[in-house]
Amino acid sequence: MVSASGTLPETKRYRILGHPTDLAGHVAALGPVPLPTSSSPAWREAFVSALEASGLPGRGGAGFPAAIKLAVAHGAGGRGVVVVNGMEGEPASDKDKLLLLRSPHLVLDGAQLLAAASGARSVTVCVPEGRDHVAAAVATALAERAGTGHAPLPETLVHPPDRFVAGEESALVRWIASGASLPAFRPDKGLPLRVGRQAALVHNAETLAHVAMIARTGPDAFRGHGLVEDPGTCLITISGTVENPGVVEVDRGTPLIDIVRRATLHQAPQALLVGGYGGAWVGPEHFATPYASLSLRAVGSSAGVGVVIALGPDACGLMETARIAHYLAGQSAGQCGPCVYGLPAIADDMARLARGRTDVALMARLDRRLEEVDGRGACRHPDGAVQLVRSALSVFVADVRSHTGGATCPHVDIPTQLRFPTLLGAGGA
Amino acid sequence: MIRVVIDPIACDAYGFCAELLPEAITLDEWGYPMVDGAPLPADLVEVARRAARDCPRRAITLREPKSRS
Repeated sequence: MVSASGTLPETKRYRILGHPTDLAGHVAALGPVPLPTSSSPAWREAFVSALEASGLPGRGGAGFPAAIKLAVAHGAGGRGVVVVNGMEGEPASDKDKLLLLRSPHLVLDGAQLLAAASGARSVTVCVPEGRDHVAAAVATALAERAGTGHAPLPETLVHPPDRFVAGEESALVRWIASGASLPAFRPDKGLPLRVGRQAALVHNAETLAHVAMIARTGPDAFRGHGLVEDPGTCLITISGTVENPGVVEVDRGTPLIDIVRRATLHQAPQALLVGGYGGAWVGPEHFATPYASLSLRAVGSSAGVGVVIALGPDACGLMETARIAHYLAGQSAGQCGPCVYGLPAIADDMARLARGRTDVALMARLDRRLEEVDGRGACRHPDGAVQLVRSALSVFVADVRSHTGGATCPHVDIPTQLRFPTLLGAGGA
Repeated sequence: MIRVVIDPIACDAYGFCAELLPEAITLDEWGYPMVDGAPLPADLVEVARRAARDCPRRAITLREPKSRS
């Protein structure tokens, strides 16, 4: 890794994890949030140029530049709302939960800064219902901040339903406005999101923590980590066949295998699942791929949400994929035909393949379904499932051959190495 | 340079559009319309407008890209 961090004094190293949780400790360690004392064009200009210079992309999955998102919200007129997306519906991801538990003030500082810069009038924090320990940590932080200079705009905590697509940003603002947790069809993504008539600026918790750090350290500290074209640090949740599953903060561009080694591998993995359940499998020949958007795209994956799962040698990659496909099918918002009918059909094909219950038509049918479902939902939910299944057919191609040849897979009934919020039926068949 | 855009949330797979405009719209195995996103040939624009008008779910729009896109 080439990183400037090694030349900086320890105190100047850029990190969003590891700071004190309570407000007094947070301020003592990081200094007060650099908010403007009054409406100040000069402050806004400096803040926006620091954000632009940092090159910070959203860390919620889509990777859209934070500075452009801010410009869209600002251009939509004032009186808006900044939405803290703490939904983290991805079952294999814990990073936003951890941030809200350990560094809630950093996340909330980021929201206040973006609110000041976009002309918003309030901050709404979304933590799904039932995630009580996270909600309690946020509520404690909100109480500490209320009435202080850290929270010049009102901060409200709300609890949308705990579903995979509930954190999709259009579904989130719609739930806030109307109570319906459903994604919208947005052919023009350049238009601002709205809660009723208010412009809504939605960012996931990690992105907001970076905003709050960059506002304090300046863009160069952030850019001192990672790659020129994909700078900074990012949070990654590691699980699978590892000794210490959990969240690490790594420089962008860190090789995948170095990331999972941080959690101490039990065994050499047969594949890594990168980017979450809508991400992609990566085979051993690509284990040295840098965790960066362009490099991951080149191997058929995407940075997605920060997730790396090490699949042990005694698992059936096809069956694990069938389980995820079945889970994702069940998490459809139920609005778009290709998702409602296509994802269960694809999951069923995968389960048949995993169990060796194939016929001559199966692979052709599955390929056609993947082709037809891709890109045809209002949101990207079906696209993630398609990317995952396609990667499985490629990475586990030897298994595909033996399974379609009628061989019985010795690993198909081994319990899953993956995490699911609810118990699944047998392989989704 | 007009393109057919289908709102997948509004669409309920009536399939009239594919009957009217088979050159640009085909149905998937569940009866939902697929468009390739290519610009419509000029001689199909009028029938595409009719398909949009006749859609029971008003799921079809014809988009003329503005200069910026």
